[in-house]
Amino acid sequence: MSATQFFIDASRCIGCKACVQACGECETHRGMPMIHLEEMDRGSTVQTAPVVCMHCEDPTCAKVCPADAIKQDALGVVHTASKPRCVACSNCVLACPFGVPKMPGKFELMMKCDMCYDRTSVGKKPMCATVCPSGALYFGDESYIAEFRREVPVNTFSFGKQIVKTKVFMMAAPLTPRINVDMAVLCGFQNEKAEAIGFHHQDMAEESVWNDLPFRKPAREKEVVS
Amino acid sequence: MATLPTTAEILLKDFGPRPAYPALDPLYGQTPDKLVKTHCCFCGVQCGIQLKVKNNQVIGFEPWEEFPVNKGKLCPKGIKRYVQNNHPDRLLHPLIRGEHGFVETSWDKAYERTTTAIQEIQSKYGKDAFAFLGGASMTNEKAYLNGKFARIALGTANIDYNGRLCMVSAGAANKMAFGVDRAANPWSDIPLAKALILAGTNIGECFPILTDYIWRARDNGAKIIVIDPRITPIGRTADLILPVKPGRDSALANGILHALIKEDLLDRDFIARHTTGFDKVEELVENYTPEKVEEISGVSRKSIYRAAEIWGEAPTAMLLHARGIEHHTKGVENVLSYINIVLGTGKIGRPGCGYGTITGQGNGQGGREHGQRCNQLPGGRDINHPGHRQEVSEYWGIPEAELPGQGLTACEIIDAIEAGKIKGLLSISFNPLVSIPDSNRTKKALDKLEFLGCIDFFLSETAQHADVVLAGSLQEEDEGTVTNGEGRCIRLKQSITPPGNAKVDWQIICDLGKRLGKEKYFDFKNPGEIFTELTGISANAPVDYSGMSYERLEKEMGLFWPCPSPNHPGTPRLFEGGKFFHPDQKAKFFGYEYRAPAEDVDADYPLFFTTGRVVSQYLSGTQTRRIGELVDQYPEPLCEIHPLMAAKLGVKDKMPVRVITRRGEMVVPAQVVTTIRPDTVFVPYHWAGKKAANQLTNRALDPISKIPEFKVCACRVEKV
Repeated sequence: MSATQFFIDASRCIGCKACVQACGECETHRGMPMIHLEEMDRGSTVQTAPVVCMHCEDPTCAKVCPADAIKQDALGVVHTASKPRCVACSNCVLACPFGVPKMPGKFELMMKCDMCYDRTSVGKKPMCATVCPSGALYFGDESYIAEFRREVPVNTFSFGKQIVKTKVFMMAAPLTPRINVDMAVLCGFQNEKAEAIGFHHQDMAEESVWNDLPFRKPAREKEVVS
Repeated sequence: MATLPTTAEILLKDFGPRPAYPALDPLYGQTPDKLVKTHCCFCGVQCGIQLKVKNNQVIGFEPWEEFPVNKGKLCPKGIKRYVQNNHPDRLLHPLIRGEHGFVETSWDKAYERTTTAIQEIQSKYGKDAFAFLGGASMTNEKAYLNGKFARIALGTANIDYNGRLCMVSAGAANKMAFGVDRAANPWSDIPLAKALILAGTNIGECFPILTDYIWRARDNGAKIIVIDPRITPIGRTADLILPVKPGRDSALANGILHALIKEDLLDRDFIARHTTGFDKVEELVENYTPEKVEEISGVSRKSIYRAAEIWGEAPTAMLLHARGIEHHTKGVENVLSYINIVLGTGKIGRPGCGYGTITGQGNGQGGREHGQRCNQLPGGRDINHPGHRQEVSEYWGIPEAELPGQGLTACEIIDAIEAGKIKGLLSISFNPLVSIPDSNRTKKALDKLEFLGCIDFFLSETAQHADVVLAGSLQEEDEGTVTNGEGRCIRLKQSITPPGNAKVDWQIICDLGKRLGKEKYFDFKNPGEIFTELTGISANAPVDYSGMSYERLEKEMGLFWPCPSPNHPGTPRLFEGGKFFHPDQKAKFFGYEYRAPAEDVDADYPLFFTTGRVVSQYLSGTQTRRIGELVDQYPEPLCEIHPLMAAKLGVKDKMPVRVITRRGEMVVPAQVVTTIRPDTVFVPYHWAGKKAANQLTNRALDPISKIPEFKVCACRVEKV
């Protein structure tokens, strides 16, 4: 019996914003989507990436909160700040390595994705992962991912010296042990230049890893008709 | 007199389009009285969705995960569709044109005015001087009723529908090649394909739910070939992109078939046993060397060979295409040229092997089956076929001689209005002023009408010109069936009744039929009775629904036609065992020499102009331009232009540019992107007036299907 987990695969994202529109329908934060859809650089690509709260095992947002307003529950879900405690200092907004929490001015309250606690606590999927037309957001059995997807789930990230483990998985190239958020890449340095200033790409997957992989069998649904 | 009855400003104030936001609705977020399992009102996927209903209003949605096609998945349009309900722009009463604008009136007066106009125009100018335009967003029941109304109550030959702007070239090609007009496979076959050609289909934005099927094929090792002048979201991670020059599709398809022949990748056995006409095609494509096709299409010879290898070497493969190859003056030729690739390699009629057209409209498939087309009778019958005419006349109980013949197609009806040959028009669920090419001419044509009647739920830009507006129904206010893009007929449930004084559309049509003296033909008490007649008349016809019932459709989550008896399981996959629908059971090859689009680029107009959709808007925007959060997602048209061309013109991102064709011009912000061919610009078409891309497009028609050439004309772009 494998566990139900949340998997994000930006390579499947089509930028349709179904997740954003559906998140804004939630009864606990009506009209204010908690999921972000990031456009990479529309000038050069239609690539987009959905960003939900990654629900860190040791959440940075909670660690930097001076009011002890951010709580993690027994399932590992990190919740929006508690309204009576939050002092709207924005420490969490600045500290989160994934850029998830927001501080909407009119509420003076840190708000963020809680993985649809109202739905997941009664056995449903989060809304964004229910509606996502492309499977970029997938909430379900990890055995499905293992059986049908070629990418591998990764939940360890390095941000410089900070290593972060998360409840939510990101799909990455095969054999990727962890995802390095590498300033050299973000700043546009390519290999030699990056190495010259001391950055390394040791965990980046080579293109060849795809060639040796067997293809998965098709994820065929049971046909209802006939 | 179909000029505007008052100023555009007053019309905007009274009727919109005004973007509505759900949070402003007092019922928003309240506990619903019930959840209704029904379907989305937009594209041809027809996603299952549950609508939350309270106090006879739709107040939200909940995914419906059990429906097998989409399993709860939705695109932003489906998620926000409920906002069209309880909308400030909703027409609540029939309207009649007064001296200073529209005036609310009684149904009696609105009907009286309409039927009087019909009778006066027809007695003065003849039956065919009054035309009817229907739509493919309506149910099968309404599509059937529209055809019956036009033929019996109006007695006019001139009935057509907005599907004429959509995929009729694919439909005509299907019939020519296969003898039947339907997708060959259920979408559940897509993940089984090892190669996919997606030709001119922006699936991620126009048919978003199918993306998951495509990605599951990729998980299974499928190679994906995308043919498009733009890199769309589905093309971004494709294995091979063929960035075809607009208007060159048939040449490219001929080139791929040429390469398949040279690489010996055909299924000669299949060709011999199950097809006719290959010899001529083989001879024809001999000249389409990849070198020559590279010259014509702008696709490199290497890519053409690679596409042939991927397709030809894969054990299973499917072709999906949409308006990108269909919206052309050679739309039928383009589609048949691609079908040749499928037939030549025998990749059809098996799991993971086949063909499908991506239907743009909600009932794009069903809307074209039940007789609201100028050349068609119910059951997909041919109006020029004596036997078919006899069958329908007998079923309806009219003399065959009284059944009108083939009339004009949608664009030709607008042309005939402009020429003064058609004097009156009744239009339902169609917004030709926005959706037909060359909208400046459409507007002039509407001004020449002696009478324009519109049945609509919002005052569309076309209805603004009407003499009478009959307040009809939104999809959720009525029940019935639709047939989605894979040929699955599904059941729509009524969630609420129409607000105010509005009526369900089928009731309006029946009332008009009765008032025109044809009571006994329109004595329907509910859509179920219309469906029973529709299925009954379809027995033994080309499109056979006769084994379907509302109960079965609900219980079995839809049925694929042909379904000829109550215990028949339906037919998800066509052509199994290589049996096609022509009398000899063989598929037919048709080969065409490439010919240029009606208007090609030249020194004065050096760039290709092409149009399409964005994910948050639907068709002419009558619904989606009224839904606030969809408007915010993509508020106004942008002109996609490549940085190389932008630099040449001195244009930067977000700067306004003037796009000019021989028919009109528009000023639109530039969106400078490397995801489009440098010789092409793209503007989406969902907006009206000065923002309408169809001011610029070319109303040149395909000779067979009469689909207009939306996808290519010549323009020039200037810095403003």
